[in-house]
Amino acid sequence: MAPRRDRCYTREHSSLFEGIYMSVDTATVRRVARLARIKVTDDEAERMTNELNSILGFVEQLNEVDVAGVEPMTSVVSVKMRRRQDVVTDGEDAAAVVANAPVSEDNFFLVPKVVE
Amino acid sequence: MTDLTSLTLAEARDALKAKTFTAVELTDAYLAAMEAARGLNAYVVETPEIARDMAKASDARLAAGQAGPLEGLPLGIKDLYATKGVHTQACSHILDRFKPVYESTVSANLWADGAVMLGKLNMDEFAMGSSNETSHYGPVVNPWRRKGSDVKLVPGGSSGGSAAAVAGRLCLGATATDTGGSIRQPAAFTGTVGIKPTYGRCSRWGLVAFASSLDQAGPIARDVRDAAILLKSMASVDPRDTTSVDLPVPDYEAAVGKSVKGLRIGIPKEYRLDGMPAEIDALWRRGIDILREAGAEIVDISLPHTKYALPAYYIVAPAEASSNLARYDGVRYGLRVPGSDIIDMYENTRAAGFGAEVKRRILIGTYVLSAGYYDAYYLRAQKVRTLIKRDFELAYAAGVDAILTPATPSAAFGIGEKADADPVEMYLNDVFTVTVNMAGLPGIAVPAGLSAEGLPLGLQLIGRPFDEETLFTLGAAIEKAAGTFSPAKWW
Amino acid sequence: MNMAVRTPDPKKMIKGATGDWEVIIGLEVHAQVTSNAKLFSGASATFGAEPNMHVSLVDAAMPGMLPVINEECVAQAIRTGLGLKAAINLYSVFDRKNYFYPDLPQGYQISQYKQPIVGEGKVLLDMPEGIVEIGIERLHLEQDAGKSIHDQHPTMSFVDLNRSGVALMEIVSRPDLRSSEEVKAYLAKLRTILRYLGTCDGNMEEGSMRADINVSVRKPGEPLGTRCEIKNVNSMRFAAQAVEYEARRQIGIIEDGGEIEQETRLYDPGKGETRSMRSKEEAHDYRYFPDPDLLPLELDPSWVDSLKAGLPELPDEKKARFIGDYGVTPYDAMVLTLERASADYYEQVAKGRDGKAVANFMINELFGRLNKDGKGIEASPVSPDQLGAIVDLIGDGTISGKIAKDLFEIVYTEGGDPKALVEARGLRQVTDTGAIEKAVDEVIAANPDKAEQARAKPTLSGWFVGQVMKATGGKANPQAVNDLVKQKLGIE
Repeated sequence: MAPRRDRCYTREHSSLFEGIYMSVDTATVRRVARLARIKVTDDEAERMTNELNSILGFVEQLNEVDVAGVEPMTSVVSVKMRRRQDVVTDGEDAAAVVANAPVSEDNFFLVPKVVE
Repeated sequence: MTDLTSLTLAEARDALKAKTFTAVELTDAYLAAMEAARGLNAYVVETPEIARDMAKASDARLAAGQAGPLEGLPLGIKDLYATKGVHTQACSHILDRFKPVYESTVSANLWADGAVMLGKLNMDEFAMGSSNETSHYGPVVNPWRRKGSDVKLVPGGSSGGSAAAVAGRLCLGATATDTGGSIRQPAAFTGTVGIKPTYGRCSRWGLVAFASSLDQAGPIARDVRDAAILLKSMASVDPRDTTSVDLPVPDYEAAVGKSVKGLRIGIPKEYRLDGMPAEIDALWRRGIDILREAGAEIVDISLPHTKYALPAYYIVAPAEASSNLARYDGVRYGLRVPGSDIIDMYENTRAAGFGAEVKRRILIGTYVLSAGYYDAYYLRAQKVRTLIKRDFELAYAAGVDAILTPATPSAAFGIGEKADADPVEMYLNDVFTVTVNMAGLPGIAVPAGLSAEGLPLGLQLIGRPFDEETLFTLGAAIEKAAGTFSPAKWW
Repeated sequence: MNMAVRTPDPKKMIKGATGDWEVIIGLEVHAQVTSNAKLFSGASATFGAEPNMHVSLVDAAMPGMLPVINEECVAQAIRTGLGLKAAINLYSVFDRKNYFYPDLPQGYQISQYKQPIVGEGKVLLDMPEGIVEIGIERLHLEQDAGKSIHDQHPTMSFVDLNRSGVALMEIVSRPDLRSSEEVKAYLAKLRTILRYLGTCDGNMEEGSMRADINVSVRKPGEPLGTRCEIKNVNSMRFAAQAVEYEARRQIGIIEDGGEIEQETRLYDPGKGETRSMRSKEEAHDYRYFPDPDLLPLELDPSWVDSLKAGLPELPDEKKARFIGDYGVTPYDAMVLTLERASADYYEQVAKGRDGKAVANFMINELFGRLNKDGKGIEASPVSPDQLGAIVDLIGDGTISGKIAKDLFEIVYTEGGDPKALVEARGLRQVTDTGAIEKAVDEVIAANPDKAEQARAKPTLSGWFVGQVMKATGGKANPQAVNDLVKQKLGIE
């Protein structure tokens, strides 16, 4: 599905800008669920379509905001990113890594066979 | 002897130092209270053996004069915190039987200061919720009830177990986390004090992530002083968390009881919502009066982008969550539901492991980040977030020291009352608190009165970045005038 | 986009049924950063450990674990960028690339999408027709994935996360390459530069360098054709073969009236073919967004400057200097500078000596011998001092070139001081005319018939020279022998 354009989406500088209005259909919900690797039943897809549209309708009001020239937030704290030294300080404990694994063997994790 | 659980954390601390009773006695009193209160469902796991062992060790240190700041004080830990060798599931089925081999920085700080762990506290699944009804372990019951009613109420969320346990005296204090209001809203619903410190003040290392740019740890406590004592121990500079800020941790307790004279308190007009219950408005006015009478200067301010904080939050938080929760795939830990192939295994596992609210947010987050929608949703929301933060910066630059608002738009509601409602209606619980997360600021919720139905109502104070001290000072001033609030024991 | 435009070169084209085709190639090379620890964790980045031993809780994506960037990996990316003459971006951002795969524990790869650490640069190739410049579009830092092993069990795959989180540099070229030869040259040159810089060991067998190759074909002058991406090629030879095969496959399809489908393919070295990867059930939608666990990476310009100041001399500069300072040919200079260790070795020997002679001896004797043994210069049994001594012995006429080869073999296999060996084994070139004269006399005396013939036909005197050399065990100075033979035979 494509975004429905109302007026001109690129005219962000306009205070009259009304942005794009989107809603999802059940097929979109199924596609997104697939992308998120969550199996959904028909009922769930139906219900979630309504819920998602309710939320998307709610967030639609952001289109009222004039964000022309505004930088998106990258971090709420303005500090320099901490860095680590290039020293091996961790690892060397495979048993701890697989300790909680549903299925493991010889410290490998086991998963249903992946075909490439 | 009086019931040991009636003491505040500060009182218990002093009594332990004075050897009025032992840490083991105090711990046993709480373990007994927890047992008697299982109907509240505040704890998902009780750890009596660990608690007694820690208390014994505390007694030894107390005897040796080596007591830490929290020596022998029994606390509850939100299930979002990784606790070594102990159930840690963020109250989700997908982390079924997960026992981390590591301890979160914040809980480790508490243990290093001598605190005693009573158990893991109930919460909304992955901290997604405002009523503690999304927990895989069932809802928490608020120790408060409406006057003359036995309808079970929610304690708020997501730190519902923490708030209920503190209000019900099932621990001296509790750890909690706040992504959009998850400390302050339940604190307000239970008549307790909760502070969400500045983003970067407490380490996020070992906290099960919900929305990384918003999540922050903080305490829920019985009064302002207790909250100050707990935050002092929880906060630290952690080299393992890139977003942890390299600033010394002040003595927050020293800020309690200081004069508020001359402090400028901003009252943002945008927080006066249409249709806001009259008693919330009255509570806010009462807060204003209290602070004015105590010598603070009250000024009207404007935070024009306030109304966009909640919709922006419901893009940013689910987007981050959809990615943060991708690791729950049945491969390395937690639940695995078999499937015909790897993708089927993923889909079955995640379908069975996540509850409805978590799925909803993962889907919203996945959708807003997906090809073609990123700019319209995520990027725009992050720009709006910049504007929200700028609103606060301008207010503070104009000389405001802190901002006073209601904590919640209502008192606690009944369990199941909003079950069939539109999800957005539940989200509106966070309308006053979420701005603070979006701007990374500190915010404290302090009880300031009771509703007509006899339920606690809270006020929120929002501070400058890393100025938690002023919040404790102001919170204590409100508390001094309004008093503290405890539910009558019925459970 | 500022794309280097190359004039179509007919010699690089592939002949099809309908005429010449130009092959357009761009490469994405994943080079493992040389570092002790991983990009965002303190686990070892070393290759070849027991399963899940080099894994921290961060690499295993345990709940609540957070990445903290390894400063040295950042420094290595900057050094590489500087080595590629590229722009260093003082502000870059780490993004999450979201997809599910069992060897991707976080469910996303931390990478750099819109704002990489390194911008545009270039790599110069020494091709027979001259220098060819290949544009570099960008270089970014990202995490490697773990490894799934599929042949251990009938129904299960085994996942090992030792590689998970190891730092990679993805180096993206512009579509500037035009032949499999250039692909090979590009990979070799890139490898040389990385090894000079010490930022990647370039070990393709261990997977330290892997290439994704984008190939398309077009008639000269036409717009770019649809490209196919050949994934994960781990040898230069395979890269060249894959390009050859893929270009011909595409030409075949187009000439048969078909269309190229944009897709990802794999090269099968056994069959010498590329094949389509099992078509994905759905298109990828990686949902990139800035990683909220990390802050933007802001670089201090003075730090970048100090890294620049610490860079070694790079192969192109070194090559130019060898040509200028030592008078070696461009080809020899290129060969000598392929490896930093060879270049260093060369310079140690060449200092104060005839640079050309040293280059010849090194390339012909030392490199030849090392190649035969499959040894690198680091493992050379002959030290620069020993090699220098041999070259000196030739230079001052103590030994002949032929003896020098024998002497080299002795030093190579047995070791020892070349000078002492010459004395001890009597390898000294005989320049004493009396001794040579005696030998010449003897040979002439023993072969009167041949002497007669040679007097009549002077070109036959060479036979006598050979006999004398044989009689003196090769030690006689060949020029002196030649002169004496002619003199004694009375030729001239």
